[in-house]
Amino acid sequence: MDLTLDQLTHRYGDMLVLDDVSLRIPAGEILCVIGPSGCGKSTLLRMLGGLEQPDQGQVLQGGEAPEGCLNPLTFVFQDFALLPWRTVAGNISLVLEDHGLPKAQVDQIIDSVLARTKLSDFRDALPRQLSGGMKQRVAIARALAVNPAVMLLDEPLSALDAQTRELLMEDLVSLWARQPFTAVYVTHNLSEAVRLGHQIAVLSRRPGRIREVIRIDVPLSERTPGLPELGALQTRLWHLMRDEALAADQELVHG
Amino acid sequence: MAEQSVPFRGGGFRPQTKRGVGVVVFVVLLLFVEWGTREGWISNLTLPRPSDVGATLLDLAQSGVLWTHLGPSLTRLIVGSLLGVSAGIGIGVLIGLFSYVRAGLVPVVAAIFPIPKIALLPLFVIWFGIDEGSKYALIALGTFTPTIVATYGAVDNVDRGLIRMGQSFGLSWLSIVRKIVLPGALPGILSGLRVSLAIGIILLVAAEMLGAEYGVGAYILQAGSLYDLERLFAGVVILSALGVLTSWIIGKFEKRLLAWRA
Ligand SMILES: Nc1ncnc2c1ncn2[C@@H]1O[C@H](COP(=O)(O)OP(=O)(O)O)[C@@H](O)[C@H]1O
Ligand SMILES: [Mg+2]
Repeated sequence: MDLTLDQLTHRYGDMLVLDDVSLRIPAGEILCVIGPSGCGKSTLLRMLGGLEQPDQGQVLQGGEAPEGCLNPLTFVFQDFALLPWRTVAGNISLVLEDHGLPKAQVDQIIDSVLARTKLSDFRDALPRQLSGGMKQRVAIARALAVNPAVMLLDEPLSALDAQTRELLMEDLVSLWARQPFTAVYVTHNLSEAVRLGHQIAVLSRRPGRIREVIRIDVPLSERTPGLPELGALQTRLWHLMRDEALAADQELVHG
Repeated sequence: MAEQSVPFRGGGFRPQTKRGVGVVVFVVLLLFVEWGTREGWISNLTLPRPSDVGATLLDLAQSGVLWTHLGPSLTRLIVGSLLGVSAGIGIGVLIGLFSYVRAGLVPVVAAIFPIPKIALLPLFVIWFGIDEGSKYALIALGTFTPTIVATYGAVDNVDRGLIRMGQSFGLSWLSIVRKIVLPGALPGILSGLRVSLAIGIILLVAAEMLGAEYGVGAYILQAGSLYDLERLFAGVVILSALGVLTSWIIGKFEKRLLAWRA
């Protein structure tokens, strides 16, 4: 399934947050969205997932959702959003319970996504017993359980330390290699963007406008942290973002 | 300058369970009063001797009089607060979930909350009869309002991010309420219950003092009018025990239902 953003414009009160944003998210690819904080990345993602309505413009979905898809547009949140009173398995079954699946199938789905995210040993753990990286893996497992057409990830690794982030990036790459999925990956971290994005959309500071969309031709599996091409690209992105970030940082917080 | 160890200035501000401290404080207080009454610098018109109160309690229990009073009191407390608390939780959740219900009922609750409910007892006697009905109604109303306030506060405090998550996975409205809002509000509801039940006990005694043949309140009233301090204090001890018991039961519930917090 692919998604198209058609001239989205949005305001909160009289603050313009997104200004005429158009983007195409092709099926089977990861699109990274980067931009300084406060530029409307999360707002954009919420609109993609139908959690918020734009003032103007529209979000269009094209093509069929994969077979057995329970929730075409599925979020992974920065703060994990796990229910603290449910175990790992319980958190995953939460999103399956409304679909009236037979219990055997629910168990089979849970087993399979836990295996894919290397969580099989933590089936009965409560969220508070898990590290941040593990919690985000549970959230990713939960997203995989509904077999989404598009994954919408809002800074999924920002709450984690650098080492855990590195590990989870590798996990995401290998998940994608096993079964390519469509994803919009919002981040303010340039190295995440160049590691995971088939395309990178750069947003300006608020009001968010598309400054540039960059395609990276190196396959995901060949992108190692030290690769010179990626380094050069990251420097280029930083130059694009630098002035925006500086200006965004010095703006008064809108009250 | 010679090296010194850095002075420690962290710690504190974190309640920890200290077993037995409560009991020790209790025993020391009792021993102090016992000593004072025996020595005579606490006159027996000021405070009864704790050992005499103990003997009175023992006597009450052995003669069976304890149960003729405690039985009706417990029934009233249980029936009344069950009515009040369940209605309070129901309406509190509705206020938490629906803006119209909130706009309509919050002012009403604010108006009812500060009324000393005991002042309404005569009215309840007319509405629900002089017998148990009026007492149930009084306790129910008394536990109802604080439960509402605690419940909608607890619903308001449920993490919106979790609700957003539920919506993003296409959960039905009912599933979101049952699986996210209610469990998320449970800690707040249970701690509100502590307050509500304490108010329930206060109203129980007040109602029994104003008109009941049996009941801990009636027993205390009789003892008080005869200036029988031992019996009066025996009644008070029973009430305290009732308070400790309800608080203990809620504690058990919290341990069971909120094990995920720890
Ligand atoms: N629900 C809201 N109501 C009002 N203002 C909002 C709301 N959500 C976000 N904003 C404001 O919109 C701007 C963009 O927010 P957001 O999309 O979260 O930015 P980003 O994710 O890029 O950091 C920020 O200035 C933020 O304060
Ligand atoms: Mg954001």
